Amino acid sequence: MNRASFHRNRSQFRLGFWLLLAPIVLWLSLLIILPHVDMVLVSLRERIASRQYGFSLDNYTAFFTEPLYWNTFVRTAVMSIIATLMTLIIAFPVSFYIAKVLSGRPKIALFILCLIPFWVSELVRTYGWMILLRETGLISGALQWLGLAGQPVELLYNDVAIMIGLIYTSMLFMVVPLVTTLDSLDNSLIEAGYDLGGNGWQVMTNIVIPHAMPGIMSGCIVVFMLTLGNYLTPTLLGGKDSLWFTEQIYTQFITRFNWEQGAAFGILLLILSSLIVWLGLKLTKQSFTRVMS
Amino acid sequence: MIPSLSSSRFYRVSYRCYVGLFFIFLITPLLVVAAFSFNDSLFPSLPWQGFTLDWYLGARSPRLGLLHDHALLDSIVVSVQVAVVTTVASLALATCNAFLFEREQFPGKNFLYVLMLMPLVIPGVILGVSILVFSSTVANWFEVQFEVELEALRPGLVLVSLGQFAFITTIATLVISARLRKFDLTLEEAAMNLGASRLTAIATVTLPFLRPALLGAAVVAFLMSFENFNTTLMLVGSEAPLTIAMFDRLREGSTPVLNAVSVLLMLGSACLALGSLFVQRPEKA
Repeated sequence: MNRASFHRNRSQFRLGFWLLLAPIVLWLSLLIILPHVDMVLVSLRERIASRQYGFSLDNYTAFFTEPLYWNTFVRTAVMSIIATLMTLIIAFPVSFYIAKVLSGRPKIALFILCLIPFWVSELVRTYGWMILLRETGLISGALQWLGLAGQPVELLYNDVAIMIGLIYTSMLFMVVPLVTTLDSLDNSLIEAGYDLGGNGWQVMTNIVIPHAMPGIMSGCIVVFMLTLGNYLTPTLLGGKDSLWFTEQIYTQFITRFNWEQGAAFGILLLILSSLIVWLGLKLTKQSFTRVMS
Repeated sequence: MIPSLSSSRFYRVSYRCYVGLFFIFLITPLLVVAAFSFNDSLFPSLPWQGFTLDWYLGARSPRLGLLHDHALLDSIVVSVQVAVVTTVASLALATCNAFLFEREQFPGKNFLYVLMLMPLVIPGVILGVSILVFSSTVANWFEVQFEVELEALRPGLVLVSLGQFAFITTIATLVISARLRKFDLTLEEAAMNLGASRLTAIATVTLPFLRPALLGAAVVAFLMSFENFNTTLMLVGSEAPLTIAMFDRLREGSTPVLNAVSVLLMLGSACLALGSLFVQRPEKA
């Protein structure tokens, strides 16, 4: 290869590189970075007069001084953590069953069966729970039929209903990573654990769970994010008193048109979610890129 | 614990019961939604009043069936339009991204990769409001500086598509990158040795190899866009996509026509799912 063609090749390569780089930079800067920077700026201002704004921390102090905002925030975080843990506890035995106990055709069939409900919109799934749980719904009807309840029972619009909906709706995002990582665990390692005298619990905590950690973490992160940012399920299953933080954001933005306050809430929720994801990764010594991809 | 190890009968049976209960838990809400679309009652609840197809075919209010409910049908059209635009755009960018991350080496690559994953950990509502805030800042600026009103940057379908595109691209990128990583680069070199230019080689050798991943990503992108609620809710204008239209009716309390729409959605998703499995199967074997 002579020098000239080498240079031509090289410049072609550079051109191709810039053509590939430009779209991703545009995407990330215009739709992700600048919007969030702008949201921070909006959250730090207050309206002085029409179209006149000044710097202010009022939107953040309002959050800390108004107990309703603060309580809703803590409540959302705590309930999201509980929902994530419960999803993990419910999904783990099922994932283990699919990945380790079954093999061949039943395994694939059951795995696909796990995925099916999640091809359907979250709205439809939540609607299903509304029909089941409402006063004139199926569970209330079944309880009356069994003689366990004398009159229709309202099972909707309480925290348990929200929790059921959140767990149900996040299940897929826990089962898939768990099955994938458990599937990659060699059965002989489990057998070796027993051969060396370990009991079921020891094998589980020393071999299976450490191996499944990346899957557990990525499942937990995604489920936590989805739960924290969920609007649909708490609103529909929790009714007016569901007190979910995303509802506060929606109210400030759309109902009250107080964008400054809404932006501050958005930033706070984003900080909370990043913080908990970061803590989870630190505690289990996982890397972000490995867990996410 | 695993089949090659002995375990008590009680353990095996109770384990199976647990898994069985889990699947009942998964499937019941969907069955219930489907069943009540055939209930001959104005409300999707007990008691069961008998079988009817009114919620599909009924032509007159209050028994307005899905096929005559123009508001719902229009919102389905809106959703399909948004989903098609979002899918095409995110697939195009995701393919570029996959080539960038799998083929090129450059300083700051890891940083860019982490940045690319960010949309996955931003809650949908926040992604929605941040785009809403930024687009209206830009629109206001243009209005003040040049006295032009940029309608596209006000809440509406353009913003909805942009908002969905912002996070669906990340997912599509992950799917396509995973496939591109398995590609044997010597195949492309062989094509170039045989006289193809680099672009021809990519178009005739690499892209056909990526086809299953592109189709898979397209199905996922279409469904995620069609079913998206959180981001859409914040950016929606006067024309409502299906999820928003359904949500509004759900809150008001609606007739079982919503069950009929749900059944339609289930059938649509099932067809897409089966289609994508069918397309990907020969490649996996």
